[in-house]
Amino acid sequence: MREPRLSRRGLLAGGAATAVGALAACAPDQAVPPVAPQAAPASGGLEGSAGAATEPFDGVHQAGIATAPQTYGVFVGLDLRPEVDREALVRMMRLLTDDARRLTQGRPALADTEPELAVLPARLTVTFGFGPGFLTAAGLADRSPEAAAPLPAFAIDKLRKEWSGGDLLLQICADDALTLAHALRMIVKDARSFAKVRWTQRGFRRGAYTQPAGMTQRNVMGQLDGTVNPVPGTPEFERAVWVSDGPQWLRGGTTLVLRRIRAEMETWDAVDRIGKEFTVGRRLDNGAPLTGRDEHDDADFEKLNAIGFPVISEQAHIRRAHVTDPNLRIFRRVYNYDEGLTPEGHADSGLLFASYQADVSRQFLPIQRRLAEADLLNEWTTPIGSAVFAIPPGCSPGGWIGDSLLT
Amino acid sequence: MVLGGCGSQSAPEPATAPGVAAPATATPSATAAAALTVTDPWVKTAKKGMSAAFGTLVNNTDAEVTVVSGVSPISPVIELHEVVDSEGKMIMRPKEGGIVIPPGGTHQLQPGGDHIMLMGVTEAVKPGAQIPFTLTLKDGRTVEFTAVGKDFAGGKEDYRPGMHKGGDKAEKGDKHMDMSESHG
Repeated sequence: MREPRLSRRGLLAGGAATAVGALAACAPDQAVPPVAPQAAPASGGLEGSAGAATEPFDGVHQAGIATAPQTYGVFVGLDLRPEVDREALVRMMRLLTDDARRLTQGRPALADTEPELAVLPARLTVTFGFGPGFLTAAGLADRSPEAAAPLPAFAIDKLRKEWSGGDLLLQICADDALTLAHALRMIVKDARSFAKVRWTQRGFRRGAYTQPAGMTQRNVMGQLDGTVNPVPGTPEFERAVWVSDGPQWLRGGTTLVLRRIRAEMETWDAVDRIGKEFTVGRRLDNGAPLTGRDEHDDADFEKLNAIGFPVISEQAHIRRAHVTDPNLRIFRRVYNYDEGLTPEGHADSGLLFASYQADVSRQFLPIQRRLAEADLLNEWTTPIGSAVFAIPPGCSPGGWIGDSLLT
Repeated sequence: MVLGGCGSQSAPEPATAPGVAAPATATPSATAAAALTVTDPWVKTAKKGMSAAFGTLVNNTDAEVTVVSGVSPISPVIELHEVVDSEGKMIMRPKEGGIVIPPGGTHQLQPGGDHIMLMGVTEAVKPGAQIPFTLTLKDGRTVEFTAVGKDFAGGKEDYRPGMHKGGDKAEKGDKHMDMSESHG
């Protein structure tokens, strides 16, 4: 939804005045003159820069899933306040959608206090998800897909409450950390009358200036991560990710399982290179399966070594995670995290394992069960957070996220 | 000034006089939808008392357009305000003569500038609420728009029409803009 150019400039100028003017309006002792509404072009000559790039907001699906992953991501889990009912949810989702629609297109949010930070959207996307509590608050618990239920407990889990659950998910991604900070701030300001923040999880990937888009990313453990992943735009991706049956309101949507997986870097350091490769079943240098030469070579799970054992161990990560039917794959869109150091210099780092799939129980759970049962990598990775959300479909230019559920 | 009389001419009154407005009547009047539009309208959330509405007034004609008054069902009294420098202090007060939008031009209603002041909100303005407004132009035509409730910081300060003593922000005046809290 493009606004007339004049209006866009005017809004920016007005918003700029808002920041300083708010003081002047109500505090007579703050002698700040209102800023003149006339101003330079909104983006101040930044049209050509990469930061001006936008991802569409309106559409059949929400952005931020099939979108080529941006460099920075933040996931926020919120708990609805007890008094929030369906009518309030409608108000909230209309507000949050409006913020997202404007900000992702490089326009300030309504009543934006820092409108200049909005002019470089840097492929900003904002994606919303609903936890079971959202549907309960809406009085629509009966429409909750089983897929959005919390995962069953796994023996490998050491889940912490502060990284788990939530009624509402905000997933905000951008190629610029300041853009992301601004979008997060503006959207949370509109959410907090309705909900309290339960957790915030920030992550990063190698950016478009660092390595070519589409190249498999490495995680903090040094592994290439996500070699076998459905490719957006392919029929396999469509079938694996987007909901096409079940509750009408979720069709065109998907589900997100967000697992916070701590990397046990200190003990991982103690493993030699051969051990690390044996654990995963892939080479560290180029990600090729131990039975192949190139990253995308098919793994040969039958191949035996000289003494008759499988080259790719029975408990190697890629064997346990392997899915034969492409329709039953999960789509990983992961971010690394690194939250600082202990006094001893130990890292708090790992992976925000964001997995999107049409059906959690058909696609995610079988893989997770196999990994939990026996995966050599479990020795050095620990799930410490887990949350599941239904990601509703996108909306039309006049609509809002969640309208298929709440209206 | 007396607000809300569709089709009436409004005579400016002394700046310190609080306006008295009645809700919009059903009196038929020519609409000025094509002449003036309001883009990005929003209103500060408030449980009660004062609030303010903002947006961009867009004059779609090649003649000057003047907004002389406004009404909304949520506040019986509404004034068009400006913020001016008075002896070195910024104060807000009713804008004499209304708000003039130049031919083909726009005019910002914004915190710290001209705005639509809701003097006594009788029903909470909740975040995301759709609040109807009707503006009356100098020629009697009206413009309707809907502003969305937005939480916005600031607003615990006092507003005293015609007074600008400064002083303690926490001091409670007769008219207290308490818009800091809202509930979903």
